[in-house]
Parts: sequence; structure tokens; C-alpha cells
Amino acid sequence: MSNSGVPKHWRSMKERYRLLGTYCENCRTSFFPPRKICPKCRRKGKTRQIEFSGRGKVFSYTVINVGSKTFESYTPYIIGLIELEEGPRVMSQIVDCKPEDVYIGMEVEACLRKLFEQGESGIISYGFKFRPVDNSWKEYYKKLLAEKKMKIVQRIS
Amino acid sequence: MNTWITLYTLGIGGFLRRVENLKRDVAIISVGSTRFGEHWDKGIKDLVWEAGIQAVEEAGISGRDIQYIVFGNMSGGMFEGQEHVGALVADFLGLNPVPATRVEAACASGGVAFLHGYMAVASGLYDLVVVGGVEKMTDVESVQATEILSAAMDYEWEAYFGATFPGVYALMAMRYMHQYGLKPETLAKVAVKNHYHGSMNPLAHFRNRITVEDVLSSPIVAYPLRRNDCCPVSDGAACVILAPLDEAKKYTDTPVKVEAVAQASDTLSLLERRDICTLDATVYAAEKAFAKAGLERKDIDIVEVHDCFTIAEILALEDLGFCRKGEGFKLYEEGETYVGGKLPVNTDGGLKAGGHAVGATGIKQIVEIVKQLRGEAEGGRQVDGAEVGLAHNVGGSGATAVVTILSRR
Repeated sequence: MSNSGVPKHWRSMKERYRLLGTYCENCRTSFFPPRKICPKCRRKGKTRQIEFSGRGKVFSYTVINVGSKTFESYTPYIIGLIELEEGPRVMSQIVDCKPEDVYIGMEVEACLRKLFEQGESGIISYGFKFRPVDNSWKEYYKKLLAEKKMKIVQRIS
Repeated sequence: MNTWITLYTLGIGGFLRRVENLKRDVAIISVGSTRFGEHWDKGIKDLVWEAGIQAVEEAGISGRDIQYIVFGNMSGGMFEGQEHVGALVADFLGLNPVPATRVEAACASGGVAFLHGYMAVASGLYDLVVVGGVEKMTDVESVQATEILSAAMDYEWEAYFGATFPGVYALMAMRYMHQYGLKPETLAKVAVKNHYHGSMNPLAHFRNRITVEDVLSSPIVAYPLRRNDCCPVSDGAACVILAPLDEAKKYTDTPVKVEAVAQASDTLSLLERRDICTLDATVYAAEKAFAKAGLERKDIDIVEVHDCFTIAEILALEDLGFCRKGEGFKLYEEGETYVGGKLPVNTDGGLKAGGHAVGATGIKQIVEIVKQLRGEAEGGRQVDGAEVGLAHNVGGSGATAVVTILSRR
């Protein structure tokens, strides 16, 4: 949103980089994004931080062809609504596969990636994205490199 | 009745049970609206003036009679670098020192402004209140407009990861298609119908008729939504004047009674919704509005719903209770939503063809219903004998919903 180089409050938000949410011990429900108060139990709730496994299934997805100014250069890209194993849903990009390979119910896992740069010489913002869990992404990269006639210098493990 | 049981189990019985003790009934005595579209030569002030003066002249009042102004505006600051829109309106209309408030609830700014104007009159605080909405959107390029509009979602957890506004509605559409078997061809029929109605409305942004093929061959914005599934970015302003019902006859022979206005909230982000194919805020607001008005779904003759995307119109008809979940698109297969059909929807072309100047849209919908109830809708789009109308205005992807029921009783 902002193109200034000023550090934003969320730079210190761990939840951006690891999938951290809130668990309410009273109603045994997990929430993402994290909340200060359980919306079900309100003040009767007992909330604590929880780290999600990062595994989930595609609940719905779309392919963005017209992005906002920040993401204009990344189009087309896939945005998915991922249902995590623990219940909550997360919205993020699905990467390392082609749009035609994504389907509702596909198993995915979280990975840390670059999201965008703030302005032309600004800070790089990182965050989680999701990739197919079945290792098909390795094949995807091999094909991508072959298309560009590039060689793998460092092996992807 | 089942809906009521569901709502009570969701724990919002209290919200619905509360009945407002309003001092008096409220009526709309006059309306005004600019054409919605690309006004290259007009700014916020010009648009407000054009809509405002129409309403004031129609009511036959003097500016000195106006006691309060409420205006809906989403983002004058980001679109034009102009905030403080309330005072700007009072100032430019030459109404100082009348108090003026700007209301912001994303695309529902107009609807929420109407609720606040209604409260001001119903409570007895003021007698003559001007309620309007304005947005000037075409001075920025489309990628920038996409960015500004995405501020209506949860920025931290949606827009930050690359989601756009069409993208979020596309996620709803994909899930709906997966769950209920909706086809893109049926989705296209929503846009075709709205353009057909828009062609009859001199104030509409688009006045051309389109076909299902036109929609399906337009470029993809966010799959499965194509350009012709999305509403345009428009400039425009709309305005209504409210007065106590028992004094309304002083100003007009055809006052329109405000039967009910109800607003509800839901999660800002799509990811925390109970069901992404239901806008719970719409469900709650509709239940409350119908209860307050003492009316049934079958009493409604004409509906204006918030069709920012074709899928949104189908979801709205279901959430308002006009049909069951997963069956809304069948109305389009049978053509029941045209003027002359069982339930005419968006007779002014909706947001798709009528235009979407975000802060003004909620008021534009009310202007259309008032015209229909008075029997003044031009161009062949008048619904015969329309007596009760409903307007449905949504903010963001469903975090705010306002349902207004108007009648000529």
C-alpha cells in the first residue's frame, strides 16, 4: 500500500512469517488471523498462541489477471483460500505450479517467500505462500528451467 | 421460521429481538442524482452540487430549512487527496453553518449514511435532513483504483498477500460453482440483464445491451470473473431529503415512507467467514428489516441489490431470503429478474451497468426505488404498480450490509 521506506508495525509481526494463530481453551477453537479475544466466548475465553502445521487443502482459488499496483508485475498469479488441518482458513498465493494444475481439495503446504517490494528501492516484504505437497513442484521447476535453458546449479532438496 | 432458529442458535437473538422505540416515521420527500460514469470535467464539489440542487428544488425548500447533512464517501483522500467531505458539502452547497457528517463504510457508505439520516429524523433531533453520497474515482489509473478498493478488505491478511477485490469475489464464485453447480453462462446472464435495464436508464454508466457471448469473450480479471462480470469504476453523486412522515405532504404529493433500515457487520476478511458463499451480514440485516417493517418477502415488488460482481447479485437474492441457498441462479435461467418478471432486480442497471461510484451507490439505489414507487421511472423500465421496494448495500466483501425497505403506503 505505502511506498515509503518507513518500517511498518507489522514488520515485527511473527504471524507474517510463521503460521501463528490463537487457540481458545474454553471452546477449543483455533483462529487465524490471531485475535486478542475469542469472538465466541469473549471474556470467558482463554486464549493462547498456537503454531499451525502449515498443511492444508485448497478450499477455493482464483487466478488474478489484473493485480493492484503493488502486484501488477506478478500477474497472472494464483490466490487460494486454504483450509488448514487445524480448521482455520488462510488467504495466500499458491506457487510452484501452473494455474491449470490447481483444484479445490488439492493438498498444499506453507513456505516462506518474497511477497513484494515497497516502491522501486524499498524494503522487501516476506510472508507465507503455499505450494503443492506432493513434490510436483520439483518437476515444475525442472520444466521451468528447461524452458529457459537454464541448469540447476544448486540442487533443490 | 427455520432461519429464525438458525439465527438464535448463532447467538444473535438479542440483536434481532431489540425493537427500536422510534419517535416518529420518516419519509423521503425528494431525490436527485447525477449520471454515473466518467465525468472528466467534474470534481467532488461539482457532483455534489448537481445532485444536491436537484433534490432541494424538487422538495421546493430553501437551503435555510435544512438542519443536518450526512454524506457517504469511501475514500476522497486516496482518490482525490480530499478528506473532510462533510464540511466540504455544507460549504460548497452554501449551507454553512449546518452540521455535516461524512460517513465511511467502504461501498456501503451511502447505505450507512442513509441509516444515520433516518435516525436523525426518527429520533426527533432534526426535521429536514439531506442524505447523500459522492465518489470521484476516475482521476486515478485502474491499477491504483484496484489498490484503493482493496483497502475495503482486511489489508493485513488479504490485500498484503496479493488478493484483490475481484479476487475475493472470485473465490466466492469458485466455491459456489463447486458446491452448487453454477455455470459461467448463467453468471453472464446477470450482467446481460443489468445492461438491458441500464439501456433504459438515462443516468446509467453503460447504456449498451450485451449478450452472453460478449461476457464470456471479455478478458479474465480474476478467474472465473471476466471484465463483464465486474462493475465499472464511476464518478457520481446522489442525494435524498428526509422529513417526518406526518409533515411530508407539505413538500410533496408522493412521499415515500421508510419502512425499515437495518445494518449488520461481519468479519472484514473472507477467510474467517462461517460460509464464504453466504454474506451473514446481509442475512441479519434482512431479517431485522423485514421484522421491523412487518412485511414478508412476497410483499416486495422491486429489489435493488449490490451487484459489484455478477456472483454478488445471486448471493444477495439468496441471503435476502428471496430463494434458498444454492438456488438463486435458477431465477436467471428463467428470466424472472427482468422488468415484467416475478421479481425485478436492479431496474436501473445495478452497479454493473448503472455504475458504481462507491460512496454514492447506496443512495443511488434508494433514488431508483423512490422513482419506481412514484411511477416515474423513465425509458420503459417502470414496474407496474410497484408499492414496496428493497435496497441492499454491501461494504467490502460483506463486512457491512444495509437493507432498506421503502413503500408508498
